[in-house]
Amino acid sequence: MSLEARVRLRRGTFELDVELAVEAGETVAVLGPNGCGKTTLLHALAGLIPIEEGRFTLDGVVLEDPAQGIAVSTEDRPVAVVFQNQLLFPHMSALDNVAFGLRCHGRPRAEARRIARTWLEGMGLGDRARARPGALSGGQGQRVALARALAVEPRLLLLDEPLAAVDVQGRAELRRDLRRHLASFGGVRLLVTHDPLEAFALADRVIVLERGHVVQTGTPAAVTARPRSRWVADLAGVNLFHGRADGNRVTLDDGGALVIPDRAAPAGDVFAAVHPRAIALLQAKPEGTPRNVWRGPIDEIDVEGPIARIRVSTVPPVIAEVTTAAVEALSLAPGQDVWVTIKATEIALYPG
Amino acid sequence: MNHTHERVPVAAALVAALGAALFILPLVGLLWKAPWGDLAGALREPEALMAMRLSLICSLAATAISIVLGLPLAWIQARAEFPGRSLLRALTLLPVVLPPVVGGVALLSVFGRRGLLGQFLDPLGIRLPFTTGGAILAETFVAMPFFVLSMEGVLSTLDRRLEDAARTLGADRWTVFRRITVPLVRPSVAAGAALAWARALGEFGATITFAGNFPGRTQTIPLAVYVQLENRPEAGLALSLVLLAVSLTILVIMRGRWLEAP
Repeated sequence: MSLEARVRLRRGTFELDVELAVEAGETVAVLGPNGCGKTTLLHALAGLIPIEEGRFTLDGVVLEDPAQGIAVSTEDRPVAVVFQNQLLFPHMSALDNVAFGLRCHGRPRAEARRIARTWLEGMGLGDRARARPGALSGGQGQRVALARALAVEPRLLLLDEPLAAVDVQGRAELRRDLRRHLASFGGVRLLVTHDPLEAFALADRVIVLERGHVVQTGTPAAVTARPRSRWVADLAGVNLFHGRADGNRVTLDDGGALVIPDRAAPAGDVFAAVHPRAIALLQAKPEGTPRNVWRGPIDEIDVEGPIARIRVSTVPPVIAEVTTAAVEALSLAPGQDVWVTIKATEIALYPG
Repeated sequence: MNHTHERVPVAAALVAALGAALFILPLVGLLWKAPWGDLAGALREPEALMAMRLSLICSLAATAISIVLGLPLAWIQARAEFPGRSLLRALTLLPVVLPPVVGGVALLSVFGRRGLLGQFLDPLGIRLPFTTGGAILAETFVAMPFFVLSMEGVLSTLDRRLEDAARTLGADRWTVFRRITVPLVRPSVAAGAALAWARALGEFGATITFAGNFPGRTQTIPLAVYVQLENRPEAGLALSLVLLAVSLTILVIMRGRWLEAP
């Protein structure tokens, strides 16, 4: 079982152009900032928004192909959605919400309710079956929404920000439950989220979507180790530079240059990632081997417990991470000029 | 909005009081003239009883038809994209502003014996003018737009994502309409229906033009009031009080919905 999709559509000036393939038994997260088109993608796969170009097959069955004039309607797709705001039917009990899809799939009322009850019990909500959605907590509502989607036995399960509706306390528990239920669901699992923690906790593979286009795919570890966009770099908390490598020098797009070990990168476009811990701040100009040495004013100091993240307006601008003890020892303060150094061997280089 | 209350200029207050008196005085007059001593007796007269019974039947039937036909019409006007949609909406609105007597004439020209449809219906034995069915049709004609208008507003503000959610669970459009849309708008249906019912109950012009004034068949309360006022004013006043009481009751029940200060 697998999902293969190429989705192209325009909404006003926004263009979504995504290609993805997901195997059954695999959970893939589409990760991206707000407005990147991830919810639009999800709605397109569910058939709620028509695609203009592309093709969408599930287990080899074509669900949508505008070129061939094929567009299976939403209700006939073996696709279920857990929506961002749950979208439980407010006029039905939790039980009837779960039974609704079963009734639509032709199950008699009593049987639908019996199956729905089993699902609710599986979610630990057997005693909330008669409650209206308005009386459920965020976490309970999300479990009902999940039960409602899984009960129709879809072959593709789409989840839109599945943890967003839950407060921080309930989130860890819901995340654990969600992982368990996703693992026991045999179909294709695709979730979209803007929260990297959610993506990394639930997904085997991440697809990073920005401005309607895929910028990176891979395991969570691979994506954060080698970010390919500013947004991912910020998520991973690393400094990311892009430029052209030539010998032991990378000329950066946004000004400045990096010195790298000889033949560390082939000539051409490269990304260079530097962890903030690998950046040193000094009061006096350093002597000796480090060759990436710049001077600039401190922009901002952000203290989090024993660690301080310091933004320095050098060319290129960098974020360094030092201990708060070091901040005091060097008496660092915003506005003050400091020397910044990066060892060439601390720079991770990969093709851009 | 939380405006501080302004001081009211004296001149404006006087004019406003005059305006309010325009509504209030006739009510006071009606209550003052009412035959309180023999109200029950006046209402137990056969003509009054017949009129009340007929009014109840006709107005309820008109309301039921307005709901059954009006809900899909409102749904299409609120949701569907088709050429001529704004024209359809304008035509739906027309009976609200059209003088009812013109509505009656228009109905006659369609369902009259030589009317647009009447010429085909008459040979089949289907005659609407000057029948109870005609009275119901006339009341529906003037009342349904009120229902359609209020439902159209509700439907266009309904959270359509709930309907999308239902479709992803395998519900076809009819199931979505029946099990999601209708239950969600049910409270508003009641309010819209009450509005239409009040309008149907008071209908005069279209009914008397299209259905005539036959006691027991087409003489509803408003028609009876008009006729009785000539020869037996106390009966007319008593029936007027009945309509006033019904109107006030609807107003009280629906005040939360209609009188909410913006």
